[in-house]
Amino acid sequence: MKSDSNLEKVLSAGHFAVTAELGPPKNADPEVVRKKARMLKGCADAFNVTDGQTAVVRMASWAACLIQKEEGLDPIVQMTCRDRNRIALQMDVLGAAALGINNILCLSGDHMSFGNHPESKGVYDIDSIQLVKMVKDMRDEKKFQCGEEMKVEPRLFIGAAANPFADPFDYRPYRLAKKVAAGADFIQTQIVFNVPKFREYMKRVCDLGLHEKVYILAGVAPIKSSGAARYMASQVPGMDVPQEFVDRMVAAIKGIPSPKSIADPEKKKEVRRRRREAWQAEGIKICAEIIQQVREIPGVAGVHIMAIEWEEAVHEIVSQAGLLPRPTV
Amino acid sequence: MIIAEQKPLDEIKSMIADYQKVLILGCGTCVTICFAGGEKEVGILASALRMATRLDGQDKEFIEATVQRQCEYEFNEEVADLVKEADVVLSLACGIGVQTMNEQFPEKLTLPGLNTKFLGQPTEQGVWDERCLACGDCVLYKTGGICPIARCSKSLLNGPCGGSQNGKCEINPEVDCAWQLIYDRLKALGKLDLMMEVKSPKDWSASHAGGPGKIVREDLRL
Repeated sequence: MKSDSNLEKVLSAGHFAVTAELGPPKNADPEVVRKKARMLKGCADAFNVTDGQTAVVRMASWAACLIQKEEGLDPIVQMTCRDRNRIALQMDVLGAAALGINNILCLSGDHMSFGNHPESKGVYDIDSIQLVKMVKDMRDEKKFQCGEEMKVEPRLFIGAAANPFADPFDYRPYRLAKKVAAGADFIQTQIVFNVPKFREYMKRVCDLGLHEKVYILAGVAPIKSSGAARYMASQVPGMDVPQEFVDRMVAAIKGIPSPKSIADPEKKKEVRRRRREAWQAEGIKICAEIIQQVREIPGVAGVHIMAIEWEEAVHEIVSQAGLLPRPTV
Repeated sequence: MIIAEQKPLDEIKSMIADYQKVLILGCGTCVTICFAGGEKEVGILASALRMATRLDGQDKEFIEATVQRQCEYEFNEEVADLVKEADVVLSLACGIGVQTMNEQFPEKLTLPGLNTKFLGQPTEQGVWDERCLACGDCVLYKTGGICPIARCSKSLLNGPCGGSQNGKCEINPEVDCAWQLIYDRLKALGKLDLMMEVKSPKDWSASHAGGPGKIVREDLRL
């Protein structure tokens, strides 16, 4: 074993792995993390904490990881190159490992222009592939990026991201190959809605033999409403949402009157609740269906559930997908 | 060349508020080519400032001049008398010209009338695009002659990030994805193998990260 990671144990024992995302709060309240950790416990094998996702300031990933570890979860610290140079990255890698964090996801990071501090200066000293290599050399060679040696290495299970739906499509499997060559142990993909396109991507990945060198976890996410479906389909870069799912989300609330047509505040509230529940049920159902479909695709070793600010949905998703209980290894 | 654009008029007005006689000094090189600070722009800005300050009830005098290259002492010598005469110099050169003037005429303050934007190229009439970040360690031979340092929003060295869509960058649909351009170019050249190797971290010490740049050529020194 390269680490003490539960995720590594689950994957190397041959189980279909489940990871889930835990979004840290936009404040200093540890209870938010604890509450989410308790809600998510047992639903997955390891839990990512995002690192300033969409370039919005939130609690540091390593800190929220430590809190969820105290709750008995196996955290995956996400680390982006956007905010740290190679000095800071290596310091955080040592720090995370010293705190008992066993997994790391290496990312370039969303550009500052998306976030709440668009006037900030980005770092991008190294890129995600170079970060993977750097962490691998720290772990396996006990060497810093500069070549200096260390006494106690960070024993981390190393992850990287892949977006099968970004362009150029033909290059994407080769970019994954670079991440594998750099030393990635596992991959978490962008959210899969377009299963046929993902299947084609995975075929090319398997043709390169990459599935034998790295564990690939397909990203999935529940859609919250028809508005969210439309937004993801048209506004989110790198996201490919087929019309079929937009239509299903619209159809989910068929027969429920529009809250705009109701004057009585109590009835309006009731209609809103009914709509929300109908949407959520359909969103979770679609997500569970996608999990079952990607599970059949050769080379897929697990799923990564990104229920962004909707962690309550994770239990139902894994339950409907038939992935409970999680294996004890 | 160096691409610049004029500062907003209000900012210029507030910079010169305390001065009566202002020398507006253009530059005949890069900023003339990019229509930001040549002889013509000096004339237009002088007229605008004359009108604006008069409307504000101020009595200011604006002298107009343009030198061939404001980043070299010998060209600026030509306007030494005008500098002496003025209370302040408003330079329409890039930041290099502004600093050259301040060094050369330390008794007089030279103010920046432009914002120096980037090293770039006119790609269409009225359009300029960034092309070089002066990183000090050119990688263009590995990238089909298209610079990922200046043209990728994240200066990535190992190919396009997950935000590349339809040839455009995630930060703005108006911005080309540099790595899509590089991919297409290397494919056309039959050199896609250059995109398969893992590139090591860049030595940024060759750029500004290593401190202010300086080159000394002993063979050329007097």
